[in-house]
Amino acid sequence: MSGYGLLAEFDSPDALLAAVRAAREAGYRQLEAFAPFAVEGLDEALQLPRSRVPLLALLGGIAGAGGGFFLQWYSAVVDFPINSGGRPLDSWPAFVPAMVELGILGASLAAFAGMLLLNGLPRLRHPVFEAAPFARASRDRFFLCIRGADPRFDAQRTHAWLQQRAALSITVLPAEAP
Amino acid sequence: MNATAAEVARPAAPEAAPVLLGHHTDGSITDRITGIVLQRGRGAGFWLAIGISGAATVLFVVAIAWLFARGVGIWGINQPVSWGFAITNYVWWVAIGNSGTFISAFLLLLRQRWRTSINRFAEAMTIFAVAMAGLMPILHLGRPWFFYWLAPYPNAMNVWPQWRSPLVWDFFAIATYLIVSILFWYMGLLPDLATMRDAARRRGRQLAYGLAALGWRGDARHWHHYRSAYLLLGGVAAPLVISVHSVVAFEFSFANLPGWHSAIYAPYFIAGALFSGLAMALTITIPLRAIFGLHDFITARHLANIAKLMLACGWIITYTYVIELFTAFYGGDRYEIHTALARMGGDYAWIYWTVVACNVLVPQLIWWRAVRASPLALFAISILVNVGMWLERMMIILTGLYQDFLPSSWGNFTPTFWDWAILAGSLGAFALLFILFIRFVPALSMTELRRLNRDITQAGS
Repeated sequence: MSGYGLLAEFDSPDALLAAVRAAREAGYRQLEAFAPFAVEGLDEALQLPRSRVPLLALLGGIAGAGGGFFLQWYSAVVDFPINSGGRPLDSWPAFVPAMVELGILGASLAAFAGMLLLNGLPRLRHPVFEAAPFARASRDRFFLCIRGADPRFDAQRTHAWLQQRAALSITVLPAEAP
Repeated sequence: MNATAAEVARPAAPEAAPVLLGHHTDGSITDRITGIVLQRGRGAGFWLAIGISGAATVLFVVAIAWLFARGVGIWGINQPVSWGFAITNYVWWVAIGNSGTFISAFLLLLRQRWRTSINRFAEAMTIFAVAMAGLMPILHLGRPWFFYWLAPYPNAMNVWPQWRSPLVWDFFAIATYLIVSILFWYMGLLPDLATMRDAARRRGRQLAYGLAALGWRGDARHWHHYRSAYLLLGGVAAPLVISVHSVVAFEFSFANLPGWHSAIYAPYFIAGALFSGLAMALTITIPLRAIFGLHDFITARHLANIAKLMLACGWIITYTYVIELFTAFYGGDRYEIHTALARMGGDYAWIYWTVVACNVLVPQLIWWRAVRASPLALFAISILVNVGMWLERMMIILTGLYQDFLPSSWGNFTPTFWDWAILAGSLGAFALLFILFIRFVPALSMTELRRLNRDITQAGS
């Protein structure tokens, strides 16, 4: 069995949460859950590690603000020193507004790009899209996928186990296209 | 229908209305919102709106082309009133944009549930308003084709921007603001674009929405990073709004002109931005709610809450009007006093008193419950506030410039046809962009509505 996994459909976030918790208890580790909105408690049930998006945003913000300040300092002091009303060349308070804006820009771009990067997006082709019921994953249905790569995965037994969880449908997902 | 006598006698407080009406499921919310884009036939009203706003947009393009051909002399500006409609439009539009982010980002951080139905409108309003705002200073440049000189880049002239100038700060503020607003908006849209992809039946639409959704699957890991990033974007957008409009205010207050050179300008402008933007949010939301039948999602509570925020901002504005006068007389500077008196009694006194009527007196109607509960009344108030806030910026610019230190250099300003064409054209282009947004993009956040609906039904059961 080398397929991507088994995709089970549920009709409520509570049913999905219960199924995820049961799957973890049954020893499955390679789980994927899909929902049309951010379900409260799903992160904990899947035991996802803390998101690194905030760290990336912080680094982006520091890079933006630091780069912005350096740009202004370098151009005003080193490359193009010009006497502006007798002010010191390194009149840093005047550099703050543009520095703040560039810091925010850096943080925002890093948060957005980091979100896409960590999520592996854009990715237009994915095995779950092959499953017909999955069209409702963006509407009103909730899905649990137990990956074929999971050590405890067994095509028949996992299928039977999912059926006991009262899944509305179970779809066998083909392996990822090369 | 089965209201008691007491309820008939006294209208129910609009604030008591639920944030979501009717019995909705995830499916019905999805059908309702995607239907606006995918199913609804294009009636005569739609084409009429496209026609009017399209015609105004054509006027905008013609006015800009004529401006590029002939220069800013086609406008009424000259010395001493060298800032006219373009800068007024700029401040007015950027203020409207600011409030969209305020509604979306601040209410997100404050966990206000009523934000859910209106945040996408507000964000779209921000982007289109900032786009209009960003054009204005470029049009106002005598040589607009050199606008990129504001950007710092190693160039053959061996010069760099003057970093001590608020105009350069403004370039960074507006550019950052436009980019961050688009990111915030697009990120909020991603899951909804996936819904559109799955709901669309025609191949072309599936392809377009599918590409725009970037392959969003609704994976728990997606949501995990997404929520973190969305909250962060909201968190950085909030101080960004404040900084952007402060920089706009600095463009005035850094000048040594009576009436402009004042420390109150940044908070004054920020409050004014929220005030006019909330008014524009009502101006946009009320007709759209009626046209698209969104009464279940945008209830009396939303409108009343926006109106109350507007009233609060109106009082901050009123306070600054009073303090400006007080400072002028208390400071004793004869030029400041002259500007204050010229404002209230000079050639443009009618602008000042219209501003006071629109921004100070009219919003007080919101104290009445019946007014808050009436979309028509709120719409009328919002139009008047929009007019009042546009005139306020006109007043600040005109009265700051037309009579300065030397009486020999005094002079008045009379707008020309092309001044009005730019203003009307920008309104038309804004409206056209907004109509196209409603036509092609889900206008309300379906993911957040689903979540809100679950929260409400769970709390009720």
